[in-house]
Amino acid sequence: MNRTYYSKLIFELSRPGRTGYSLPPCTMTGHDLNTELPDALKRQTSPRLPEVDEPTVARHYTNMSGNNFGVDNGFYPLGSCTMKYNPKLNDEMAALAAFGRLHPSQPAETAQGALEVYDGLQRMLAEVAGMSAFTLNPYAGAHGELTGLMVIRSYHRKRGDTRRTKIIVPDSAHGTNPASAAVCGLQIVEVKSKPDGTVDVDDLRPLLGDDIAGMMMTNPNTLGIFEREIPEIARLVHECGGLMYYDGANLNPMLGVCRPGDMGFDVMHINLHKTFSTPHGGGGPGAGPVGVRAGLEELLPNPQVVRQADGTLALRESDGALGQISSHLGNFAVLIRAYTYLLTVGRQHLRQVGQLSVLNANYIKESLKAYYELPIGGLCKHEFVFDGLRPEYGGAHSEADHIRTLDVAKRLLDYGFHAPTVYFPLLFHEAMMIEPTESESKETLDAFIDVMKQIAEEAKEQPDTLRTAPHATPVRRLDDVKAVKEPRFTYFDYEQP
Amino acid sequence: MTFKYLPHTDEDIRAMLDVVGAPSLDALYDEVPDTLKLTKPVSLPDAMSEEEIRRHFEELGRKNQPLVCFAGDGAYDHYSPSVVAALTSRSEFLTSYTPYQAEISQGTLQYIFEFQTMMAGLTGMDLSNASMYDGSTATAEAMMMCVAAAKKRNRVLLASTLPPRIRKVVLTYAGYHGVNVDLIPQRDGTTDREALAAMLATDDVAGVIVGQPNYYGVIEDFTGLADLCHAHKALFVVNGRASALGVLKSPGEWGADIACGDAQSLGLPLNYGGPYIGYLCTTKALVRKMPGRLVGGTTDADGRRAFVLTMQAREQHIRREKATSNICTSQGIMCLYVAIYLSLMGEKGLREVNEHSYAAAHYLHDALLATGRFEPVFDQPFLEEFCLRYKGDAAALHRYCADHGFLAGVLADGIDGGMLFAATERRTKEETDQLVGLIEKFKEGGLK
Repeated sequence: MNRTYYSKLIFELSRPGRTGYSLPPCTMTGHDLNTELPDALKRQTSPRLPEVDEPTVARHYTNMSGNNFGVDNGFYPLGSCTMKYNPKLNDEMAALAAFGRLHPSQPAETAQGALEVYDGLQRMLAEVAGMSAFTLNPYAGAHGELTGLMVIRSYHRKRGDTRRTKIIVPDSAHGTNPASAAVCGLQIVEVKSKPDGTVDVDDLRPLLGDDIAGMMMTNPNTLGIFEREIPEIARLVHECGGLMYYDGANLNPMLGVCRPGDMGFDVMHINLHKTFSTPHGGGGPGAGPVGVRAGLEELLPNPQVVRQADGTLALRESDGALGQISSHLGNFAVLIRAYTYLLTVGRQHLRQVGQLSVLNANYIKESLKAYYELPIGGLCKHEFVFDGLRPEYGGAHSEADHIRTLDVAKRLLDYGFHAPTVYFPLLFHEAMMIEPTESESKETLDAFIDVMKQIAEEAKEQPDTLRTAPHATPVRRLDDVKAVKEPRFTYFDYEQP
Repeated sequence: MTFKYLPHTDEDIRAMLDVVGAPSLDALYDEVPDTLKLTKPVSLPDAMSEEEIRRHFEELGRKNQPLVCFAGDGAYDHYSPSVVAALTSRSEFLTSYTPYQAEISQGTLQYIFEFQTMMAGLTGMDLSNASMYDGSTATAEAMMMCVAAAKKRNRVLLASTLPPRIRKVVLTYAGYHGVNVDLIPQRDGTTDREALAAMLATDDVAGVIVGQPNYYGVIEDFTGLADLCHAHKALFVVNGRASALGVLKSPGEWGADIACGDAQSLGLPLNYGGPYIGYLCTTKALVRKMPGRLVGGTTDADGRRAFVLTMQAREQHIRREKATSNICTSQGIMCLYVAIYLSLMGEKGLREVNEHSYAAAHYLHDALLATGRFEPVFDQPFLEEFCLRYKGDAAALHRYCADHGFLAGVLADGIDGGMLFAATERRTKEETDQLVGLIEKFKEGGLK
């Protein structure tokens, strides 16, 4: 990363008369929009785009990339985000012209290779997850959740059951669960967690009735704890007529060991950008395929990819589908990456991926629990949560000036590590959620552990170093309040008085 | 069993298991009931080496037939400078997460801020969010935003001239979200104003969504529409293809409250439908109702200008079920594609792309009519996409052209014999003449 901040915006490099493109001359003369289009339809104001030459653009964005930290720069223990290594072969396959040049509206007969990727990936995901079929159309995890909930609502509507308008969500769930449910027109019923973070089955029972459409869960949950009572929970929800929804955000540790379909889930989504190694891209594009158990396949959204009697693949618009949730077949280039990853991992290595992600998480947890407060002991899966520093290292929540999780997180940046997920889940005031993934070596984990111990010592000896951290990053701690109070959403906002 | 993506040696694993206090890797799953555990390996293909995978993709690639593209239908084959692909593949950008830790994510935040500025400039709106999934979902989000902003109104009007897939996605979202959507009738390929005025008269409409250029490629005249909507306290939403904004009157100039659509046309590869990038821009008055991420400017502890994710009180991780949308992240790195593309092209380049596409599309339009096998459907201005009616079997003609390496537009939804053709600056005169010659040679379908 940059030691000094590269602070320019492209607009500040603009000079009238510069250009960064080359187009061939147009030889199809006879029509000129400038003279033919009525003025009333033409824009009268400038879009105010920058004017920049190619070398300036290349250097600008390269310098800007130095302000950024990715998985290729270093360890990224961001809980719940599964920041594993993004294989370069995946990118190479996604960039092949034989796929990149395909137009989404071209006849299916001329895109059989692409459709084979779609079909092959959905079948591999179905096998890995223990489901019957997947749609790969949803663009992201949250989009998959919404699509999966639409499956559940369609299922009930098809049966003529319109009373089921409520969905049960654990209080420890990620914010997208209730938000997706609300967008889907469902009311949220929260079920409490027990002190160990798992669903309280006694609290669940009285919530169940003929107004319940289903229940959303992750397993392992957001605390990295496996929900042991899942067979009983699934039984109860099914008994009341609801369906079980699996949020696949935490699928990674279960690969090759235990499948959502076998746990009793009916509908689920997978984040390909987590478990299946596609790059997060600074917040997209991801992919959130949705899988269903046998009997629910026809509800999956249009367009559907189906194999015909002659063995070729075709696109289908089905009246039985829940509707359409995307322009085309999802983020296709992302699907190619996940397909490549699964072929690389194959049946030989899938289980190792899951197991080593669990080993890495438990290794960090056991190595640091003398320094950081571990509210829930025992085996974790892919991740675990510390509730801030232990009291003897300045973390006592009762003291007003205690060292906060935010301070630890910011100090980690100085040592060349990304921070864990902080202040989530909401069950703990100083939550610090650590997920190392299987990609990290013992040496990397040891280096991280040493730094975390050193930060704990610093918290005791020189707390102000933490409170004012980071010190060695391109920029220092940022003023979030000012961003809201003096809003600037575009470069033009800097020009106004 | 070593594997290239896993750094662990057997010795590492033993040492780590000792620290954890587990006798084996399997023992790390002791709390999982045995009845749930797999008893045999998941039935995936055998792991493949890089060379095997490359060969596999070569075989798959041979089953694809990239066609010379004279189609649009929401995905446009525009030129993209080589710099775009080179810079967007930098792993500092590509392998990072959502910029929560702003101190080490200024790169992502800076390019999103640039993207927001460019999209606000192009649409003529005050601000843009940090992108949506695609044009269809951006329009569905705009529909929900109208209802959220109106509070007590639950009805949205949708132009029937919008592309069918956008209408389908909006109707799907509306059906689950509990919004009543009515389609505005069309007249000669444009939104029927009188019908719209009558539909607004009940004063229960939260928003009106129109398309520019619309599904048929027609450039509609929206003069007076914003005032009409506002007189009935409805928001005015303009959906459109982003590249056309280089020359067409912007949503801001039409008086829109929300601009939305797909920005794939700004040099993004076709990629069989994705990833593309939706945009959603609005006014300062509506910022708190806007879905999606938003980057804002601020300063760091040393007073330097820097950027953060802001106005997060709208979002799902704070507001949960009361959030403006369930959107978490959106199309991230595609913002960088657009920012770099627009930096290189500038206003002048984008104008040239439109002039060139306009000339190419009109040349094709005239040549097709000159064959005597087509007739006009509408008498309306268009930019790079247009609709003609084939006097014979349009589906047979379309197949014939595909067999000969050309994507002869798409069959127009709802118009018997209608075909939607598009031509961009990437199409040469030779290719265009070849397509027209091919159509002239087509006999099998016969003319009616």
